[in-house]
Amino acid sequence: MSPHTLDHAAASEVFNRDEPRVDWHDETLWWVRQKRDRAAMQLPEWEALREAASQIKHHVLSNLDTLLENFERKAQENGITVHWAANAQEHNEIVWSLLHKKGIDRMIKSKSMLTEECHLNDFLRSKGIEVIDTDLGERIVQLRQEPPSHIVLPAIHLKKSDVGDTFHEHLGTEKGATDPQYLTEAARQHLRETFLTRRAALTGVNFAIAETGGFVVCTNEGNADMGAHLAEIHIASMGFEKIIPRADHLGVFLRLLTRSATGQPVTAYSSHFHRPRPGQEMHIVIVDNGRTTQLGRPDFRNSLKCIRCGACMNTCPVYRRSGGHSYHNAVAGPIGSILAPNLDMRKNADLPFASTLCGSCSNVCPVKIDIHDQLYKWRQVLAQEGYVGGIKKTSLQLASKVLASPTLFKLSFNAARTALRIAPWAANNPLNAWSIHRELPDAPKDSFRQWWEKNRK
Amino acid sequence: MSSSRETILQAIRANKPDLLPLPSVYTFESNYPDVLAQYQQTLQMIGGTVEVVPDLARVAERLKEIYPDLTRIAITLPELADLGNADLEVSDPHELEAIELAVIPGRYGVAENGAIWVTEQEMRHRALPFITQHLVLIIRAETIVPNMHEAYRRIQVDETGFGTFIAGPSKTADIEQSLVVGAHGARSLVVFIIA
Repeated sequence: MSPHTLDHAAASEVFNRDEPRVDWHDETLWWVRQKRDRAAMQLPEWEALREAASQIKHHVLSNLDTLLENFERKAQENGITVHWAANAQEHNEIVWSLLHKKGIDRMIKSKSMLTEECHLNDFLRSKGIEVIDTDLGERIVQLRQEPPSHIVLPAIHLKKSDVGDTFHEHLGTEKGATDPQYLTEAARQHLRETFLTRRAALTGVNFAIAETGGFVVCTNEGNADMGAHLAEIHIASMGFEKIIPRADHLGVFLRLLTRSATGQPVTAYSSHFHRPRPGQEMHIVIVDNGRTTQLGRPDFRNSLKCIRCGACMNTCPVYRRSGGHSYHNAVAGPIGSILAPNLDMRKNADLPFASTLCGSCSNVCPVKIDIHDQLYKWRQVLAQEGYVGGIKKTSLQLASKVLASPTLFKLSFNAARTALRIAPWAANNPLNAWSIHRELPDAPKDSFRQWWEKNRK
Repeated sequence: MSSSRETILQAIRANKPDLLPLPSVYTFESNYPDVLAQYQQTLQMIGGTVEVVPDLARVAERLKEIYPDLTRIAITLPELADLGNADLEVSDPHELEAIELAVIPGRYGVAENGAIWVTEQEMRHRALPFITQHLVLIIRAETIVPNMHEAYRRIQVDETGFGTFIAGPSKTADIEQSLVVGAHGARSLVVFIIA
């Protein structure tokens, strides 16, 4: 993603200009959240599953080095080549060198948020390599030259008329066509041709199994499989936290993942790759890119348990009303707001403030990440490190003084009440950000304290 | 690069928390009164069609009835091989492109989510269940297990180089959350359960 110019609040304001669209975005995601609830309630053991997943991931974080070494050894025995990348640049260069060695200048890719994080597409384009994203939502935003706005539903911010316009321009569909069936069929034909002509495929990794040296990729469309099984080289990119100890732990994670993401009982395809097919090359790139730093922060390391289901976004009242692009990070929403400051505190200092701290994200998280607590903790870290902007800092410092002193508190609230009664326009005006989406209340003549002293003493 | 490998592993060792044990409880029983009925219900919910049949002879009859117009049919089940006409003795999976129907046996069905475990041994070519326009999977009723924990108890995931749980036809909801069946993989899935 290119360096952003707007912070979350300013970008949300742009998104909020089209009020009916915001309402629609909000309702669509809430509908997905409700589907998640119904799917979760089908399983009496849901809470026990979450607890098991959380504990498995705790173990993983505490034993990462051994698990990764075991995985590497088994994967190599299986005929998979294992690469290690300390950062995004190294990841991108490894992918490029693999393509370069085989003289390949066109690649297809199924969904991988890690490659978004590394800006792989831009890098490969600068090397003259064409990358086509094959997940339908990703392809739509790619044609529009936008980043995905959601990790599971990349084009959730677009209406079918937007997709119709995009496909008319790029795929030659009829002008004004908006039928999802028709548009999907057009994409199927376009991408089928692509699958049949590309020699290299890149996929993400949902889970990597230390015990067996294989990995699992989950899709509903079958695009990862179409790519990987036809290409002569399959490259899988994984953040190192995707490792799990044993194959039978997949029972826990596959039961949780899609129910949390979309309310489905499981994805249409959950594919387990262990060896390249005869004549094929299979590579896996294990990426750090700041993850070891996050591992070393006790308050924030739990964010590495994330299995990328997107449930926290679907439930977040701020995400639903501000849109994924306002987060200016590959992973948006509550979990992205914890991960992003680890990568760059200055650039992402606004994100932990893009939350009501209502706790809904933590409540739906299938691996029990304490998301809203971490958002709260990031705010303190960012303030201490001096990354919180002027107005917010000054007003919070003032507020903390007022709230700490009963006398100051009494005086200032008497003043505020009087001001609201005599001159309501002083508060209800566009200069006061607090009043933009709120009617400030009519102020009573007496404060509660005065009323109490008169009537109850 | 081996230097990055060492750097990463050293940073992990320096930054990881104290060792925590794996949980002892991480598998659960699903007690469906009738796993076959549960399987049927789940598969229909996720967009697949299911038929319970007495034997493979009935499957052969039904295939002719359901797909009277299809001409390029690949069958990996030896007992039904006569019905197929697509050549699977190919070295390049791209040659499977024209296949309209693939009929493949599955190993296990999972009642809670409708998934069927299929390995590359049954599919012959990894690309086959994805590149075909329509897919038929055949399982035996006694191989239906209640949930994923039970499935993983029976599966050895690395027994073959590739295996997948297939749950329904290929689908997407990426355009305004409207569910569309037939994204990149098979446009339809019919499951025959021999009981």
